[in-house]
Amino acid sequence: MTETREKILRVEDVVIRFNLRGKELTAVRSASLDLYKGETLAIVGESGSGKSVFTKSFLGMLDKNGRVASGNILFEGENLAEFTREEQWLKIRGRKIAMIFQDPMTALNPLKTIGEQIREVITLHRGMNRQEAREEALAMLGKVGIGDAAQRYGQYPHEFSGGMRQRVVIAIAAACRPDILICDEPTTALDVTIQAQILENLKELQREMGMSIIFITHDLGVVANVADRVAVMYAGEIVEYGRTPEVFYDPRHPYSWALLASLPQLGEKGEDLYTIHGTPPNLFKEIKGDAFAPRNPRALKIDFEEAPPWFAVSDTHFAKTWLLHESAPEVEAPKIIQRLKEKSLKGLDYGS
Amino acid sequence: MAAEDKREILLEVKNLTVDFKLGRRKFSAVDDVSFHIYKGETFSLVGESGSGKTTVSRAIMGIHQASQGDILYKGESVSGNMTGSQERKFRQSVQMIFQDPMASLNERAKVDYIVSEGLYNFKLFKGEKERKAKVERTLRKVGLLPDFASRFPHEFSGGQRQRIGIARALIMEPEFLVADEPISALDVSIRAQILNLLNKLKKEEDLTYLFIAHDLSVVRLISDRIAVIYKGKIVELAESEELFRRPLHPYTKGLLSAIPLPDPESEKNKNLLIYDPSIHDYDKVPPSWCEAYPGHWVLADERELDLWRRR
Repeated sequence: MTETREKILRVEDVVIRFNLRGKELTAVRSASLDLYKGETLAIVGESGSGKSVFTKSFLGMLDKNGRVASGNILFEGENLAEFTREEQWLKIRGRKIAMIFQDPMTALNPLKTIGEQIREVITLHRGMNRQEAREEALAMLGKVGIGDAAQRYGQYPHEFSGGMRQRVVIAIAAACRPDILICDEPTTALDVTIQAQILENLKELQREMGMSIIFITHDLGVVANVADRVAVMYAGEIVEYGRTPEVFYDPRHPYSWALLASLPQLGEKGEDLYTIHGTPPNLFKEIKGDAFAPRNPRALKIDFEEAPPWFAVSDTHFAKTWLLHESAPEVEAPKIIQRLKEKSLKGLDYGS
Repeated sequence: MAAEDKREILLEVKNLTVDFKLGRRKFSAVDDVSFHIYKGETFSLVGESGSGKTTVSRAIMGIHQASQGDILYKGESVSGNMTGSQERKFRQSVQMIFQDPMASLNERAKVDYIVSEGLYNFKLFKGEKERKAKVERTLRKVGLLPDFASRFPHEFSGGQRQRIGIARALIMEPEFLVADEPISALDVSIRAQILNLLNKLKKEEDLTYLFIAHDLSVVRLISDRIAVIYKGKIVELAESEELFRRPLHPYTKGLLSAIPLPDPESEKNKNLLIYDPSIHDYDKVPPSWCEAYPGHWVLADERELDLWRRR
C-alpha cells in the first residue's frame, strides 16, 4: 500500500558530528527515513537520542560546530546534505520545509503584533500584496483555532497564553504552505486539554493543506494520537520503525519495549513500574554492537559484539535487533507489552 | 464509609482562600477549598496551569498566607501563628520535593551539604560522625551511592538529581511529603524509576504524600484519592479508580478525554470533550459540595447532581 504513495523526502544513512572543544561527538549515527506525502511520521526517543538534531539537518539549522558528515537528504531532486551556502537553504527553509519548536515565545518577536508576523511571512514567501496577505493571515488564524481573529490580529505575543502562542507559531509555519512541517515537541509545555485541541487543529490543517508532518516527541500518547508511522530513535540511530499500530501492538526492539513498558499510564496498581536501568551511551565514544545492549537485561552475547542490521517484520515494519535473526533464541517481551494489546481490545479509554 | 471514618486525619484544609493582589485588583488563586488527607495515603491534587494547585501546596507549607480558612496538621492550626516549638516540629515533619531537579539544587554546594542542610538548620545530629552516617544511609535509601556525597550537582543526571532532592527531604525523617510535579520535568525513561522510588519510600518510611500534578493518567497509579481543581476550586474528589470509572463533573470528563493514551486504536476513536463553564447556571443558587456516592464528592447544584448521577 505504501509503495504507491509518493515519497517526498528520503534521508539515507545520515551521520551528524559536532565538534565540542576539540572532541568529536557523533549525535546521529547513520539514521535513515522516508517521508510520504500527506503522512505524519513521529520520531520518539528520550532526550539526547538525537531526534531534534537529526531533523534540524533537513533545514540546515545545525549549530555552527555541527555538520552532516555523511549521508544523503534527498528532497525535490536535490541533496540537501551537500548544501554549503545559506542562500541554498533560504529556498528550502520556511518555504518548503518549516519547523516549530517547544517554546513558542522564542519563535515570536515580542515587539511586533502577531498579525504583522504572519503577514510578513506570507508576503515574503508567497509574494502576495499587503491586503491579500492580511486576509490570508486572518484565515490562517481561524484555521489554527484562534477565534476572534480580526481582534487578535493586532495584539502582541504577550497578550496570548502559551497555547495561543503555539497556535500562532503553527499559523506562521503553515502560512507558507510548506510541503513538510517539522514539529519538535510543540505541545510538551502545554496543558493536556490545550494539547488535545492543538493536535486536532494540526491534523485538520494537514488534511486541508496536504502537507507531511514529522512530529518529534517523547510522549507515546501523543504519538498514538497523531502518527501514521513511528520511528523509535536511540543513541543517534533509528532502531525500529513501522506503522503506528505495528510499533505499539507488536514492538520488536528491546528499547521500544522498554520505552512502552515504563509508561506510568500502563502500570498496574500495586506493581512496580517497569524501569530502564543505566544511562544512554557516551556519544563521544565509538559504540560497539547494539547501543542499547548495556541497558538491556535480555541482551544477547552478539548484541555486545556486532551492530544488528535491519530485519523486516512486515512490509512496513522494521527493527534493528538480533532478536529477529532466524537463529536468535526466543526472548519474550515484558508482560506489560503483551498486556497492551489485550487492554486495547478491552478499550483503554478513560471515563467511558 | 464507617471504616474510613476511623482513619486518622493527618492534614485538614478548611475553606482555604488565598488572595493575590495585582496592583489594585485582587483575585483568589484558591477559593474556598476544603479537603483532608488521611495518614498513610497518597492524595493527589490535579489541575492545569493556573488552577491554583501549587498555591494550595504553598499555603500548606506556609509560603503563602491563607487569606481565609485554616490548615490543620494533626489537629493543630498551622496557618496562623504557631509557637516556636510547634513551628519547628511542623517544619521538620513536613517536607517538600520540587519539580525541576535542574533548578532546585544549589549548584555550588556538594551533595553532602545539600542533603544535610536541614540537619544543620535543626541541629539534628550530635557529631560529624552521626551526620555522615545519616547522609550515607539516606543516599542509599534513594538508590544513590554514599560516595556521591562529595560530588557537585552538575555531575548528575536529571533522575539522580531528583533522587538527591528526595534524599534532602527524607533525611529529616518527615511524616508528610508534598511533591509538586516531581516527575514532569524528567525524561520518560526515568519517570517510572522515580515513581517506584516514591512508592517504596512510602511503605518503608510510613509516609503520607500530597502529590501536585497536571497529568491525571500518571497519578492514577500512585494515588489513593484524587481531587481535581479548576480555577481555584476543587470540582471533584474521589478514590482514584472511582474517579476514572465514574467521573461526574464535566471538567473532570474533559480532562480525562484529553489525556493522550499510548494506544493508537483508542486515540483514533477519541472523543474529545471540551469543558464549557457556561453550561452551569449558578447565578441564583451557587453550587455546593455534594457527596454523589460514598466518598465521591462533586461541586454541583441540585439539578446537576441529579442529572450527572443518572448518567
